[in-house]
Amino acid sequence: MADHSAPAAAAVPEVPVFWGYAAEFDSVTGVLHAAKECRDAGFTRWDVLTPFPVHGLNDAMGLRNTRLPWFVFGMGAIGFLTGNLMQWWMNAVDYRLIVSGKPFWSLPANIPVAFELTILFSALSAFFGMWVLNGLPRHYHPTLTSRRLKHATTDRFYVVVEAADPRFDRAKTREFLQSLGASHVEELED
Amino acid sequence: MKHAYDLSRDNVQFGDLGRRWGTIALAVGVLGTAAAAGLGFAAGDGGKRFFWAWLVAFAYFLAMGLGALVWVMIQHMTRSGWSVLLRRIAEGIAGALPMLALLFVPLLFGLGELYHWAHADAVAHDPLLAKKAAYLNVPFFVARWAIYFAVWCGTAWALSRASRAQDASGDPALTLRMQRVSYAMIVPFAVTLTFAAFDLLMSLDPHWFSSIFGVYYFAGAIWLFFAVMPVLVWRLQANGRLTGAITPDLYQEMGKLLFAFGVFWAYIAFSQFMLIWYANLPEETGWYLKRWNGGWPLVGLLLILGHFFAPFLLIMSRAAKRNLRILIPVALWAMLMQWLDFYYIAMPEYEPGSGRVPLSLLDLAAFLGVGGLFFWMVSRNLASAPLVPVDDPRLHESLVFEEGV
Repeated sequence: MADHSAPAAAAVPEVPVFWGYAAEFDSVTGVLHAAKECRDAGFTRWDVLTPFPVHGLNDAMGLRNTRLPWFVFGMGAIGFLTGNLMQWWMNAVDYRLIVSGKPFWSLPANIPVAFELTILFSALSAFFGMWVLNGLPRHYHPTLTSRRLKHATTDRFYVVVEAADPRFDRAKTREFLQSLGASHVEELED
Repeated sequence: MKHAYDLSRDNVQFGDLGRRWGTIALAVGVLGTAAAAGLGFAAGDGGKRFFWAWLVAFAYFLAMGLGALVWVMIQHMTRSGWSVLLRRIAEGIAGALPMLALLFVPLLFGLGELYHWAHADAVAHDPLLAKKAAYLNVPFFVARWAIYFAVWCGTAWALSRASRAQDASGDPALTLRMQRVSYAMIVPFAVTLTFAAFDLLMSLDPHWFSSIFGVYYFAGAIWLFFAVMPVLVWRLQANGRLTGAITPDLYQEMGKLLFAFGVFWAYIAFSQFMLIWYANLPEETGWYLKRWNGGWPLVGLLLILGHFFAPFLLIMSRAAKRNLRILIPVALWAMLMQWLDFYYIAMPEYEPGSGRVPLSLLDLAAFLGVGGLFFWMVSRNLASAPLVPVDDPRLHESLVFEEGV
């Protein structure tokens, strides 16, 4: 184990703070039903953890389609313009050079580079835009503190509701999750 | 989790409707052919204009049939499950290739009107054509087309026959047989399609050559098929066939293919153009020079905007591909644009260098003639079996198919 005897850490004892509930379900149908109920109950700060992609979960959770495509489209268009602008600057302004008798500024010759930059900007913005929208990179999350929730990567499904949700009530929400057929409700601490 | 749709709730028989469609198509085909023949005769040019109109129409519907055939082969080779519900429709289109073999025959009487290389005296005075005469000569041309049609019709027939046999027996061994047929025939298909494109369209200018031309024709062909498929499915559903089984998820898949191959076509078309434009070699640029004056640059611009940009932007989003009010008009537009693409490939060679875009009623008549007769056979094929391979072992995958969000 790592050495935890740094003076500052010893001076401030860690007090675990209640963070939320994780309701455990044994089946896809169970967790889909629970997700629909949570959606209809009006929770906003909640999530579902599953070991594999579950079709229909987006609808059950009431998730909107991602805005990522608009971002990617915009960045792709910027890439296309960048490619053209760059070549216009290089070939028609900064270093005018006749290449095989073509005009200095010649659209067909620019297309390959503009095309590649469209792809490059789109791909990078899709990849990193996904990071931003998902709040990545993130090295820590309260759901990682529970040993039980490791089953979310193998054979169990979880509905996680944060205490920070405006509709959260420590006793009522626990009852609510149990009423949805959760086989266990785990308290999560931060 | 989506439960499999119960196919027995759908009407999967084309039956009477198919025979009605077939009769309409036959009437259109016969009238169109008669009109084309009449107009061609009236033109008083020895049938020249008729043969050119027929050539464009033939190239168009041949592309449709070949696009359908290669798509069926790809489904078998990739062991696709999602597409099983749509496969029989493609088999029906590919199964009409024998009709095109028949409709090819009129062209044989017009080889002299179409192809410069078919004139012995022209070849004698042209060292380049003399060098190419070993390939570009009438007997070998006819022999090649016999081989092409044997490969295409044979493959379509073998795949369709096995698929229909499976309707009765449900024997999974037939799926493996269709797979093996597809593996065996995909390379002969690629070679025959490439040379058919060279023969039919590229050799209209026998001095010109482009090694990517076969791929160009292929790109148009499969794009055309991906435009026809959603339109056909939409009409079938509007007439009470397959109403529940084919969902927006499947339309989205078809829309994706239409979207993707529109990009592919643009990529190939531009690749051909850019290399020739950049290298600027006289023996290559001639083809584009003929398309650089008169009305042709406008047609070229329309292709850039209408064949690539408009469909590209219109069906890019997920919602658009799932919305038939957008997907179907784009698909119909795509069918028109592909015709224009073949027109742009062929017709500048009609009066080379004149720059005139010789649009004529003959083009419409030939289109209806070839298309009507082609769809007559498509309708007959589709009416003679269920519209879905009802006992395909992967049918279930298609019935539960959901778009990955």
